[in-house]
Amino acid sequence: MTKSVEIKDLSITFGVGPSAVKVLPGVTFSVAPGECFGLVGESGSGKSTVLRCVSMLTDFWQGEVRIDGQSVRDLPQQQRCRQLQMVFQDPYGSLHPRQSVRTVLSEPLRIHGIGEREARMRAAMVDVGLPVDFLDRFPHQLSGGQRQRVAIARALILEPSVLLLDEPTSALDVSVQAEILNLLARLREERGFTYIMVTHDLAVVDHMCDRFAVMLHGEITEILPREAIPGNGASHPYARELIGASLEYEGLM
Amino acid sequence: MDPILDVQNLAIRYAGSPVDAVRGVSFTLGRERLGIVGESGSGKSTVGRALLKLLPGAKISADRIRFEDLDLLAQSEAEMLKIRGRRMSMILQDPKFSLNPIHRVGDQVAETYLRHFPASRAVAKAKTLEMLEAVKIRDPERVHDLYPHKISGGMGQRVMIAMMLLADPDLVIADEPTSALDVTVRLQVLNILDGLVRDRGIGLIMISHDLNLVRNFCDRVLIMYAGRVVETLNAAEMDRAQHPYTRGLLAAQPRIGGGRQPLAVLDRRPEWKEEAVL
Repeated sequence: MTKSVEIKDLSITFGVGPSAVKVLPGVTFSVAPGECFGLVGESGSGKSTVLRCVSMLTDFWQGEVRIDGQSVRDLPQQQRCRQLQMVFQDPYGSLHPRQSVRTVLSEPLRIHGIGEREARMRAAMVDVGLPVDFLDRFPHQLSGGQRQRVAIARALILEPSVLLLDEPTSALDVSVQAEILNLLARLREERGFTYIMVTHDLAVVDHMCDRFAVMLHGEITEILPREAIPGNGASHPYARELIGASLEYEGLM
Repeated sequence: MDPILDVQNLAIRYAGSPVDAVRGVSFTLGRERLGIVGESGSGKSTVGRALLKLLPGAKISADRIRFEDLDLLAQSEAEMLKIRGRRMSMILQDPKFSLNPIHRVGDQVAETYLRHFPASRAVAKAKTLEMLEAVKIRDPERVHDLYPHKISGGMGQRVMIAMMLLADPDLVIADEPTSALDVTVRLQVLNILDGLVRDRGIGLIMISHDLNLVRNFCDRVLIMYAGRVVETLNAAEMDRAQHPYTRGLLAAQPRIGGGRQPLAVLDRRPEWKEEAVL
């Protein structure tokens, strides 16, 4: 089941009274079913905030977020969790140090009253390329790449259709990043997931995404297809600068 | 040209550990830019810290660690205090953690000067402002009086560079100097560092996990794996790497315009840990 995501006039204000800051002044974009959509921009540009709003981890926003035409606000929490799941940046911080992999993976199944837990957990481990006996390990017994695989398994276990990826590889070494990117690409191909992926690395965008939005100070300056990267086809000055810097950094200019 | 640094057969063992974290590392450094790359835990930062003897409790052994006229192995801690910051300094990864949050940045930079030269505060301040300008901080007077939380990451890293270059050292060790920064800012900071290092003829050791960075900003590159140097290459000849680990790292890197076939994944061989140094 592939699902589309539509975001319209999403805005959020932090703080109250005179010190209130409007962080996202109205973000609009839509993601086609099965598409991988990238969000890039410098730190503090609001990329992760968009994901937190879509997933309702931050819920005091205005505007509209629709998954397959249904507003995420109207979806009951349980249904929402079965539609979209998030993978966080730092696998060292997003797994509970005192919970085994089995506990991490079984909790969503228990909450949602899903049966055949053992079989589902085993299947999820196989999906992310981990040995099944790792179910009994604790996070400190896993490497960074293995932890991120567990975090992905946790996101997959409820069989959602939309995955929100918040810099899923930026805490990992290049060689491990390659494994995780391959895994994400394979899962998208097999399951038709829709991805929204935050990253600061345009090489990753070019490898993974179909289109991407360049954000600056909470606003989307430009939405570009991935083909715009190699020749720097951006028209907005900031997007041009960002792509130019990445090309220069890679030694392509 | 006389090398600034000559390291032969360096081994480092942390207190309480049964194995050496780093072993058999040898290299020389002239007035050039040397990159050390490798993944987390490969020992690259450990090498950098050992050169400054910043590893309390760890056992450092080597056939030779000569820094200019000094035998670093024989220096006492008191002597090292005169060397660190003055003749050899280190730029750390994240300015958020390496600047003292309760002191103004200008005072922190000036401390380097006051620590090593008999000078009045006024002279130190003048030197600091000059240096802040050299790292392309637009309004040095204003930035001088700011606290670290008031400045951005890129500016913080430039302040760190100013601090480390103020005493005019002969060797700078930069440990992941830009990995906490955004791509656009990263280039500015690297260009500033690169310019200063060239102009002053400083030897630079750039420690990084980023192959693109060392390839573009260094003259020579050491590739470390599991505490050993597996290969030494000229940065321009990275594509001609021989060792399977280096080739694996290069292939695992997604490239702009690189197509979408699955990325190559490293197949780690146990013998890489034991092989003789190339």
